[in-house]
Amino acid sequence: MIVIPKLPLGNFASILKVIDKCGGYAELITSPILLRKADKIILAGVGAFDYGMTSINSMWREELENAVLVRRIPILGICLGMQLMCKSSEEGHLPGLGWIDAKVRRFSWSSNLNLKLPHMGWNTVKIVKSNPLLEIGNDEQRFYFVHSYHVVCNNPRDVLATAHYGYDFTAAINHENIFGVQFHPEKSHRFGIRLISNFLRL
Amino acid sequence: MLKHRVIPCLLLRNRGLVKTLRFKNPRYVGDPINVVRIFNEKEVDELMVLDIMASKVPCEPDYEMIERIAGECFMPLCYGGGVRTVEQARRLFALGVEKICLQTAALHDISIITELADRFGSQAVVVSVDIKRNWRGLPQLYAAASGKTLRRHWLDYLHSAVSAGAGEVLLNSVDRDGTMSGMDLDLIRRAATELSVPLVAVGGVGSLTDIKAATDAGASAVAAGAFFVFHGPHRAVLISYPRYQELEDLWKQQ
Repeated sequence: MIVIPKLPLGNFASILKVIDKCGGYAELITSPILLRKADKIILAGVGAFDYGMTSINSMWREELENAVLVRRIPILGICLGMQLMCKSSEEGHLPGLGWIDAKVRRFSWSSNLNLKLPHMGWNTVKIVKSNPLLEIGNDEQRFYFVHSYHVVCNNPRDVLATAHYGYDFTAAINHENIFGVQFHPEKSHRFGIRLISNFLRL
Repeated sequence: MLKHRVIPCLLLRNRGLVKTLRFKNPRYVGDPINVVRIFNEKEVDELMVLDIMASKVPCEPDYEMIERIAGECFMPLCYGGGVRTVEQARRLFALGVEKICLQTAALHDISIITELADRFGSQAVVVSVDIKRNWRGLPQLYAAASGKTLRRHWLDYLHSAVSAGAGEVLLNSVDRDGTMSGMDLDLIRRAATELSVPLVAVGGVGSLTDIKAATDAGASAVAAGAFFVFHGPHRAVLISYPRYQELEDLWKQQ
């Protein structure tokens, strides 16, 4: 079963709906002990980094780490969920989960590009490493993004895909059983539905 | 590259979808769920649903209808109409809405923007500003719920809404609404130069060229109602949305 920890903020209705559309079943859980019967996890959230980490530290951390680092079941982080997997973020003071050797930085451009924040809307992604989530095909893949901070991996091999906003930034990551996407597959039409289907098949 | 968003803007009135002309004469265009389903199939960038009665009556948002609409959307959904409290917003987000659009409540007390932005993030809070030009052609802030123009300078108000935490501005031209006669580019240009957050322009789209003109004037996104629900000189109801390739070609034009 796929479980989704109910962090304080996140569009869980949309994620449940897309999993249902893919023929899967997921449960939104409020009790960490239910992570023990999970065979997959989706860590989704929106909002500020410290707010997310406070919630994780206060109740989820132990069971999450048991599932992800000991049982090594597949986990997909979406948006803030992906950023929480990193070591730290410029948005907050609290350390992240630290599963991925990466930092989260705010978009900043040296030149006077006059780009607006957040980076909001549809952007295409470039797949830089073959992976089971984002298949390399002929057609362009586009996803819906809403964020002002992005992940910077210390290990380039963890980067699956990039997108461009002023410069190339990391749009998807993977390290062993841990996956993360900066965009919102639950809001990205058939492109997102395909990605979630691929995650369900892992 | 980040694409400009092209957003169907649907007006909800007594459980039906309507389209207005200069904010008047709402004309029935269809069943909300059917129309939303068609837009989902057409893979629209985003969808905006505004209940034009909720703040006028005033009454609560129609949660049951919104939940059904959200259930058909595999793209971001923005809802506006009758939202006055954090609790209402929380309930709407739980139904699968991404963004909440505020006008009446924010004009009454701008702190509602801050309350929602602090709680749910700026990306989820859109401030809606309706502009009506007076007899001298000067843009004036207009309150849709009461149908009155206000004395506050529209740009000052926009600045205060963004400082309060609005993550996006929906700028509507009352005079162009439903006319399909082209957008108020001067207004768009002025707002876009002043704002640090994405600007969604709406009002007057009658062609793809109008959409391009608005993005050239600085809009991050363009919303339209009549253009996506009417067809031909007699304004027959026909739901349409440009194909992805048409939009790609449009953005490439100089």
